[in-house]
Amino acid sequence: MERDDLIVNDSYAINNSHTNEEGKAIRKKLYNVTVLLTVITIIEVFMGVFFKRNGTITWETIKLGFIVLTLVKAAYIVLIFMHLGDEKKNLKYVILLPYALFILYLIFIGLYEGVSVQELNSTWR
Amino acid sequence: MAGHTQNLTKDELWGGNASPFGVSYGKMMMWYFLVSDALTFGGLLTAYGVIRHGSSDPWPVGEQVFEALPMLHGSYPLMYVALMTFILIISSVTMVLAVEAGHRRDKAGVIKWLGYTIIGGFFFLGSQAWEWSHFIHGSGGGFQVNKSLTVTGEMENGEKVQMTLNGGDWVHMESEFGHAYEHALEGGHAAPAADAHGHDAHASHGTEAVAAETHVDAASMHPEALILNKYVLERKDDKDIRKVKVIGEDCKKLWEAKANETVVFGANMHKNEYAVQQQYANFFFFVTGFHGFHVFSGVVINIIVWFMALGGEFDRRGHYETIEKIGLYWHFVDLVWVFVFTFFYLV
Repeated sequence: MERDDLIVNDSYAINNSHTNEEGKAIRKKLYNVTVLLTVITIIEVFMGVFFKRNGTITWETIKLGFIVLTLVKAAYIVLIFMHLGDEKKNLKYVILLPYALFILYLIFIGLYEGVSVQELNSTWR
Repeated sequence: MAGHTQNLTKDELWGGNASPFGVSYGKMMMWYFLVSDALTFGGLLTAYGVIRHGSSDPWPVGEQVFEALPMLHGSYPLMYVALMTFILIISSVTMVLAVEAGHRRDKAGVIKWLGYTIIGGFFFLGSQAWEWSHFIHGSGGGFQVNKSLTVTGEMENGEKVQMTLNGGDWVHMESEFGHAYEHALEGGHAAPAADAHGHDAHASHGTEAVAAETHVDAASMHPEALILNKYVLERKDDKDIRKVKVIGEDCKKLWEAKANETVVFGANMHKNEYAVQQQYANFFFFVTGFHGFHVFSGVVINIIVWFMALGGEFDRRGHYETIEKIGLYWHFVDLVWVFVFTFFYLV
């Protein structure tokens, strides 16, 4: 078998093209994602404005809702707009896993320390 | 993507001479750069979370701080920031359409969509400039009281509440009085009370010539109303206590308890009217500023590539991969804003 995957003259970039028909399908998908992202943003603003912070749903639940909606938005941007969803598995993992590892640890340790500082502050002030 | 590599065995993929990731060197490096940049922004937002959780004073509420729209009176909580988010998302869409046009080697399409992306970028930068100017100028200013006192005020829904303040607690002025008072303090003059655009930051500066004619001593000025909990909210008896308007005798009492050295209008690197914590203003400046700088460099890069496309550079190369690379950067800028929007403004 002849090797056709060597990096010669940016051959990856040249192979990465599509026809007009394929383009139509891709554009349709992009428009759908656009509508979805816009709707999510509108929902977030309405949640922020109209939910009373002491209503039947607690503010903590609403906060969690914001974070989930944000992660959904982020996932669509990264997987569809940045095309990571259709890249090779290798590439996906080499981007997402190290980032997830570091940032989850950072968030955990940061919030843990922050809460503990707050407790000290209110005890000793 | 790069479908030709899909059928190779593991040994062939990882045996050298080929990219096991199926992408070119340049695109791979753009991804690595974005991962490192994402860690920087993740670090900044986490630091914001640490400070916020570590603070035992109330933290300002996003929809009470950011509720103004250019040229309009009244309260439109978060509308302006939502508009900025929308602009950036749409410019991200036009960018991905430019990438798609590039894959079809459609030069006219690339120029059109990349052009729209650049315009969207300018709109975002302009919005951010207004947002900063509004934040720095403030909407009325505030001061701390120098002793404990109890006053009665009225919330926006008409409900009366009794508030007990301790020395060091914040009281805010209404925007029109605040601006007039600021002018009086700065130059010994007050802006005319009948300023039709008293709410608008720039309009009131523009009337300085008129103001010079009306000499008003700051010490003789008295507000008709003062506001408690303008930017923070308090929970009392399972109720949200926010924006409590104090008028009449109680207003006078608060004004007399004003600690003069604590009067502040808007925000700078040392003082801000929004929160007891100066870190609040500093994080606003640093996080949105650092993001704005990314948007700015993104616009510059987009403009350069737009001219390259116009000159037919990518037709000579035979591919439009550069559009894909700058597209990744531009989407990343949008991605970061989505998180800033949630963690700085909403939560």
